[in-house]
Amino acid sequence: MMGQSPQPSVVALRGVRKAYPLRGGGQRLALADVTFEVARGEFACVVGPSGAGKTTLLRCLAGLAMPTSGVVEFEGTPLRQVPAGVGVVFQDYGRSLFPWLTVRGNVDLALKARGVAREARPGRIAEVLASVGLADVGRSYPWQLSGGMQQRVAIARALACRPDLLLMDEPFASVDAQTRFGLEDLILRVRDESGVTVVFVTHDIDEAVYLADRVIVLSAAPGVVSEVIDIALPRPRDQVATKRDETFAAYREHLLGLVMTR
Amino acid sequence: MRGEAGAAGRAGPVRAASRVAGRAATRAWLFAALIGAWWAWSAGSTSVYFPPLAKILRTLWSQWAVGPARAQLGSSLEHLVLGYAIAGLAGIGIGALLWSLRYLREATSPYMYFLYVLPAPVLVPAVITIFGIGAAMKVVIIAFAAVWPTLLNTLDGMRGVDPVKLDTARALGMSAARRTFTVVLPAAAPQVVAGLRNSLQVSIVLMVVSEWVASTGGIGYYIVNAQESFDYLGMWSGILMLAIVGCAANLLFVLAENRLLYWHYGARAAERRA
Repeated sequence: MMGQSPQPSVVALRGVRKAYPLRGGGQRLALADVTFEVARGEFACVVGPSGAGKTTLLRCLAGLAMPTSGVVEFEGTPLRQVPAGVGVVFQDYGRSLFPWLTVRGNVDLALKARGVAREARPGRIAEVLASVGLADVGRSYPWQLSGGMQQRVAIARALACRPDLLLMDEPFASVDAQTRFGLEDLILRVRDESGVTVVFVTHDIDEAVYLADRVIVLSAAPGVVSEVIDIALPRPRDQVATKRDETFAAYREHLLGLVMTR
Repeated sequence: MRGEAGAAGRAGPVRAASRVAGRAATRAWLFAALIGAWWAWSAGSTSVYFPPLAKILRTLWSQWAVGPARAQLGSSLEHLVLGYAIAGLAGIGIGALLWSLRYLREATSPYMYFLYVLPAPVLVPAVITIFGIGAAMKVVIIAFAAVWPTLLNTLDGMRGVDPVKLDTARALGMSAARRTFTVVLPAAAPQVVAGLRNSLQVSIVLMVVSEWVASTGGIGYYIVNAQESFDYLGMWSGILMLAIVGCAANLLFVLAENRLLYWHYGARAAERRA
């Protein structure tokens, strides 16, 4: 079911269970028992019905939340905090970008936090902004940019320290459809150029099939992995050609059935 | 898309400037009308209690601009600046400390609010007993009364920071100290500044009150002294001087605020346009 991964995994979850205490006693079980691995260089999408604990899963993967039981291993060691090799892109760029800093300042903060030397920072900022097509807006504030551009700033910030693993939590859910297609192709290009491993949480089945090497399907809450599907669509993918493919439609139909019925 | 961004960047300050100018004009005409009315109404006044504005202004000039009352003004401003600075720094510092130490915060919270609602002037006698009647007493009174709005607003603002911003800071690998100074405090800045503005008003009030009691200097002393010695021109000139000090302090505050929170107003305006 997991598929043979020839390369060692970047991140692995084993029996991850996460319960939140409820106000007034009791607890809510968000993840019941989640086990999967993501291989180096892989693009894995996590889909599931709303409320399936997708965001909880991503927070555990990032080291932002500790599982109640079970282990999350990043490059072979159990997670205690957010490791240096992980970049995170949150859904709402309006809330995750720092409005008091310019675009450059936002990226710079990521480099400063990881102790990158002062002399090395301007070059890296320019490089990573160019890689997401924002070479000319470094001096602007995020709120002066369109939504799609703001999310690209957030992507550049997450990539600034050349992470091994990029975690994305429904990153394109707050932008319009055309912008979303552009961002999907952008992230595929970034992945090709940098070789970064991506775990991409989404509720959009089409998006998952279009982007992924492998789709991990979560059941309704409390979440378990109900199925893992290898996506054998050719790369490079194309918004028109790939989505016209009969195989694409078959994956889409199968996944939709899984997400809708459970 | 780039053009859109550039245009927003350029038009922002220009539009803001014209808005400020427009608002200033709206206020200026009423101000001018009221001063004009006062001037005209009081011009022929023979009442010793309500002397003509022209005479008050002359006294204002001779006493406060070139005359002996300049020393009173200097002394008042010194205490105000010192007391307010202490209140502001202590308010932000203690607020941030309480934010990071939950147990201390929960233990001290009832006393905080008790001291906050206690009218500070009633503490003047107690502070005099401890600090005497010198400059220290006045600075302490001002700082003590003015610290609360900044402290409580800082604490509130820091507690209200969007959890996504905190997650982001952690995801970027920031240490706790760096998170506090580069994310939480800036994110709380709009509310901290609101607290500082409140503290400024309190500072000015307590500056005057501290000079009324057991004091021989300052604008407050000058006004009471003039009134008690039937120098109504002097009294009115002192009141006007106080108004000028208040307006100037507020103006400086607003200028600083607009610089410091430029991003906040910009982001809010962008949200409204969206």
